[in-house]
Amino acid sequence: MSNVLVSARGLEVHFPIGGGGLRRTPAGLLRAVDGVDLDIHRGETLGLVGESGCGKSTLGNALLKLVPSTGGTVTFDGTDITSLDRRGLKEMRRRAGMVFQDPFASLDPRRTVAQTIAEPLEVHGLHGGRRERAARVGELLELVGLDRSVAGRYPHEFSGGQRQRVGIARALAGEPDFLVCDEAIASLDVSVQAQVLNLLRRLQRRLGLTLLFISHDLSAVRHLSDRIAVMYLGRVVEIGPAAAVGSDPQMPYTQALLSAVPLPHPAMERERKRIVLRGDVPSPAAVPSGCRFRTRCPYAFEPCPTVDPALQPAGAAGQLAACHLHGVVGRPVDEETPQGIAPAAE
Amino acid sequence: MSGSMAGPVLEVDDLRVQLRTPRGTAHVVNGLSYTVGPGETVAVVGESGSGKSVSVLALLGLLPPRVATVTGRALLEGEDLLAMSPERLRQVRGPGAGMVFQDPMTSLNPVLTVGKQIVEGLRAHADVSKEAARRRAAELLAEVGLPDPEGALDRYPHELSGGMRQRVVIAIALSNSPSLLIADEATTALDVTVQAQIIDLVEKLQADHGTGVIWITHDLGVVAGIADRVLVMYGGRCVEDGTVDDVLERPAHPYTRGLLGSLPDLAAPVGPDGELPDLTTVPGLPPAPTDLPTGCVFWPRCPVRGDARCETEQPPLVVVPRGQKGHFGPELPHRAATWCGG
Repeated sequence: MSNVLVSARGLEVHFPIGGGGLRRTPAGLLRAVDGVDLDIHRGETLGLVGESGCGKSTLGNALLKLVPSTGGTVTFDGTDITSLDRRGLKEMRRRAGMVFQDPFASLDPRRTVAQTIAEPLEVHGLHGGRRERAARVGELLELVGLDRSVAGRYPHEFSGGQRQRVGIARALAGEPDFLVCDEAIASLDVSVQAQVLNLLRRLQRRLGLTLLFISHDLSAVRHLSDRIAVMYLGRVVEIGPAAAVGSDPQMPYTQALLSAVPLPHPAMERERKRIVLRGDVPSPAAVPSGCRFRTRCPYAFEPCPTVDPALQPAGAAGQLAACHLHGVVGRPVDEETPQGIAPAAE
Repeated sequence: MSGSMAGPVLEVDDLRVQLRTPRGTAHVVNGLSYTVGPGETVAVVGESGSGKSVSVLALLGLLPPRVATVTGRALLEGEDLLAMSPERLRQVRGPGAGMVFQDPMTSLNPVLTVGKQIVEGLRAHADVSKEAARRRAAELLAEVGLPDPEGALDRYPHELSGGMRQRVVIAIALSNSPSLLIADEATTALDVTVQAQIIDLVEKLQADHGTGVIWITHDLGVVAGIADRVLVMYGGRCVEDGTVDDVLERPAHPYTRGLLGSLPDLAAPVGPDGELPDLTTVPGLPPAPTDLPTGCVFWPRCPVRGDARCETEQPPLVVVPRGQKGHFGPELPHRAATWCGG
């Protein structure tokens, strides 16, 4: 059995944009995920961070085939899921659960908690028989720290944190190996966030889950993850052990991102030097040539616009970074493409 | 800058807000008193429902009078905001106090150009020609760091990124050089790198103009970076206040400690087993303002309750005795409202 549960190679998710209304041909391509190589190991928590629009949610969806990929492959436990038939996909979905951001939108307001949690059991024909299912629902509720007696209640009777627990219980119903949490704590209050973070960590250990924790909150990701992957404009630009990425980042973007995270220590904050990036993230419909971070990078030099950097070993702690500062490694930009050899921004 | 040099910009005394709701009267703000000095940043922190936003909306008369009852005093440069006529209040908003909200699209009009919206604000409070106001608008956009400010005047809000929109809102809030700026979760919807840009901007503008700032947020990291003083709200009350160092480094109220303990900390060291320890959590949920507990507002969730008075008597905000000699003067006391002494 391979150590890798989920693996992406050259994964691309491109969306046609424009061409709305009467125009038939799309005006361009939005490269939400644009050539991602990623291995998620069995039993690990991989944190996926990045700012809005970097493609982290789309990547999470593509790994579960919730959005179709337009290029590359995704394998789940050795099987290529891009070519799965319906039956194969259904079994894959049982083994891979998802917890969504908004616990208000992701639960059906007209179904009781028990009905919501039992739905995956019915779909996959698990725990047949009403009594067995009810028992399983009770088990799942206790697993996420809710009382069995709440099974008959409706979502509106719960707080945000409790709803998120229901969402987690539903995701765990089919006894999945793999759980994707997409901004699962973003809409919760600080004290409730901590409760859900602790719960996720406990569940991951107890059930031996493989967890992909997608979040914009670096502190939360650092807290929960064994490894961290950083995304920028559709690419993973740095990946490695959480402690290494969190304290000794090797890619200039990760360095800027970390320096911008506010820390709750006034004395430390006064001493800290922030790396304030120029401008905004470019649109994923107009990705810069070569290194996609070069337009905002304080260290950009000659190879950056012409060579698309590949992930390579960087730093002493074993992470990989896609940056020419660690040696110019990567694919030269095709001279024929119109965005070819654009000069680096001032 | 208008106003006297000495004395606070804003002096809030025993502010109370009650809202009529279908579920009964909500006691949203229950006796809040604080001051903001010129050039000073006071951070108001708390979770949703703590009353932090309502407390500043009440100051500027932005709550619907049919459902809101506001009492107390709020002196903006000596003049009571809560006793003003609507006309006077309209004059004061702008030159007196500017406000920046969480979502820039709720403050900006989507069908007017950025330039029109700034000019409108300028001409409402000062007798200037259209041309002069437009020149001033371009200056303001340059000051908040918008690239190509002249060009930006003719753009619509949807053509700008979230960070740029928030810069425009800040430009509008600062257009009449207010003595007080209120930022309500102004960077919450922004990415951290953009948040860093906006915080830098506000700090720079504050240093240039001596503006007093009330920064409302749930993010204690942001507070550590920007605040001079911190006021922690829970259940519509101030449960702890003091200098940013006192409140964040030496929290005295069990709620503040719980809040700090529940933050995942990027700077936290790993334990002896090579792992980060579990987060300490505050059990339960904040109370509903329609159903506040008697006694200390925090007792139902308090991990260290035990005093006989916890459930019956509301603890007053009293000065926390210092362990060691503080390096801040006696004019900035560290206070907490709790029966659990230390």
